[in-house]
Amino acid sequence: MDLVCPAGTPASLRAAVGAGAHAVYCGFADETNARNFPGLNFSRAEMAEGVAFAHAQGVKVLCAINTFPRAGQQAIWHRALADAEAAGVDAVILADLGLLDHARCHHPGLRLHLSVQAAAANADAIGLYAAAFGVRRVVLPRVLTVEEIASITREVAVETEVFVFGGLCVMAEGRCALSSWATGLSPNMNGVCSPASHVAYADTPGGQEARLGGLLIHRTPKGAPAPYPTLCKGCFTSGDQTGHLFEDPVSLDAMTLLPALKRAGVTALKIEGRQRSRAYVTEVVRAFRAAIDAVEAGRPLPAAQLQRLTEGQAATTGAYAKTWR
Amino acid sequence: MDLTIGPNAFFWPRETVRAFYRDLAAAPFARLVIGEWVCSKRLPFWDQEIPQAVETLQAAGKEVAISSLALITLPRERRQTAALFETGLPVEIADLSALRHMPNSYPFWVGPTVNVYNEGTLDWLASRGARRICLPVELPLASISVLARAGAERGVAVEVWGHGKAPLALSARCYHARLHDRAKDACLFVCGEDPHGRDVSTLEGRSFLTVNGIQTLGQAVTTVAGQIERLRSAGVSSLRLSPQPGDFPALVAAYAAAGPDLLGQVQGLLPGQLIANGFAEGQAGLALQKG
Amino acid sequence: MAAILARHPDILTRMAGHAALSILIDCPDLPCLVLLRPDLGRATLHRAPPPHDAAIAGRLSAFLSMLHGEEDGDALFFSGRLQISGNTAAVLALRNALDDAELDLTAELSALTRLPLAPLARALGPRLGLSLYRSA
Repeated sequence: MDLVCPAGTPASLRAAVGAGAHAVYCGFADETNARNFPGLNFSRAEMAEGVAFAHAQGVKVLCAINTFPRAGQQAIWHRALADAEAAGVDAVILADLGLLDHARCHHPGLRLHLSVQAAAANADAIGLYAAAFGVRRVVLPRVLTVEEIASITREVAVETEVFVFGGLCVMAEGRCALSSWATGLSPNMNGVCSPASHVAYADTPGGQEARLGGLLIHRTPKGAPAPYPTLCKGCFTSGDQTGHLFEDPVSLDAMTLLPALKRAGVTALKIEGRQRSRAYVTEVVRAFRAAIDAVEAGRPLPAAQLQRLTEGQAATTGAYAKTWR
Repeated sequence: MDLTIGPNAFFWPRETVRAFYRDLAAAPFARLVIGEWVCSKRLPFWDQEIPQAVETLQAAGKEVAISSLALITLPRERRQTAALFETGLPVEIADLSALRHMPNSYPFWVGPTVNVYNEGTLDWLASRGARRICLPVELPLASISVLARAGAERGVAVEVWGHGKAPLALSARCYHARLHDRAKDACLFVCGEDPHGRDVSTLEGRSFLTVNGIQTLGQAVTTVAGQIERLRSAGVSSLRLSPQPGDFPALVAAYAAAGPDLLGQVQGLLPGQLIANGFAEGQAGLALQKG
Repeated sequence: MAAILARHPDILTRMAGHAALSILIDCPDLPCLVLLRPDLGRATLHRAPPPHDAAIAGRLSAFLSMLHGEEDGDALFFSGRLQISGNTAAVLALRNALDDAELDLTAELSALTRLPLAPLARALGPRLGLSLYRSA
């Protein structure tokens, strides 16, 4: 199985390559990808340099152009596609139907991967994209169980890529307007969720508060830091229930499921975290590369201590085990 | 601009469903979408009402389409989706994967939970035979205008979300069940206890969201009542009104008449209900722009 | 600070508009507060908190280990060892730009003073429990 690693900056790209990535994924510094954060991502020149660096080490580069082009401004996304191809990337990761169609027509040599933002959660959806656009690999939504993943890989002819570590989206990705409900900015339209521009922290007598668009998302006792106010991980109230009604602020760590994912026929394992530092990338990539090498060689998994890097200091295997539903 | 009644999102008893469509048939709308949009577990409880409702509505001169689920995952759900194309009714796809079961040149519509953000996507769906597209709820007027024009050029009717708690997110996990400490498999149909969904507030008590089965909706009702003229000039073909409890035919009549203070009228018909119109204005969806 | 920015122009490019915002560094191990204005290449010292767009508070060890790529910034925030207030976007822009720059403060000081400080840093760092130079 290939290890596909996040590169939010050129320095992280080099760190990922050095730590044992088989492939890295990155985006341009604009709204064409779903990690459009301040100070993050690659200029056109940096993308070309990153590709050259990675290729020299035998590592592939995948360029994420996975937001949904704005009506009347599709040219911005079309240019990103052309520039990614010119930079020599090995594949582009797309979500939008119109953009996939454009790539198929105008960039027939470009390998197309289907982003998790396309929310292709069953074999029918995957088959549709494969037949219509020649998509070669699909990044599976994080809501499928290992059994469902195995069933999909048996049924479809495309490669599958599965998230194994990092921030967990609890709603169907690419189909979520929670962020724009609260702030007017969304992953699909702007490449951001719960954007920093709308975040405010405050130290109040009641505790530490984290707000998004003025809405109270977290309140923690003095001394306990309020987590980043990602909407779906907030603390809310409904009827007589108060708590993390949608999801606890935990992250995915599916390292123990690597053997099962291999048996399920998965092609590639994906680490989430383009917005994380080169220190995160180095540590997580090294740990998962060691784990993959062990699985491929039939050796037991090495023990890894990645808790410090998981949000809220706790981890889950997410939906992969059925009880999550 | 005419009116489309969207598929009911909530889980109502079959008698309520029967009465709802019977009382609605005479209201001034052009077409209606019927079907289980949210959770396949609900279907056996009310799908026997569908044939009668379709007959009543068609007899009243309404065009009727049947909706797919918005999130299709299980093998039985895939089979149910295929069966929709045997009904002879136009099918509204709420999940793109439904197209995989579509026979060539079968008439289909596209619901607001399929991502149609630009002309390229609209063109592709049109080339597959889409007749009508209801745009995603979060689109601002600027995008709606471009798409309405593109639709007109391609012979595809472009519709916008006109009234109802906006569908914001979907999950394989049922949060409604979770609120009652149950897993989706053993939910005991608790969403049936909340005919307009289960409200969620912030810790400060500010209204925020509504949970309805696997859907998360905005708690405030999204309405375009204050934006009718702009939508009309933009070339929007229809407004989608989403069923809710209460005097729904009166709401339909108000939108059909589209009087000078429609926003005030809608608020008047929904006392105590928060309303919002931020999405079309390019603001936070939950905002309300009055002037 | 101007010297560092001159040697690493990408920091400002990466920060874009956020470089014009002021960020206060509040570190109890330092004798005073430090206010950064990246676009002006300025770092000024203050006794009392001046007006600022954002602030980062924490121990020197946390700042240095983040700067030198030894620890992840988010992990430091999650655990409360670094705290942000004010304009979160400005802090993110600074953090991402600095992470990409792969700074080595010892190397920067050496360049500035024309003194070979690296051996001293290597000896002192572990004894002070501080990350004085870029890790790996």
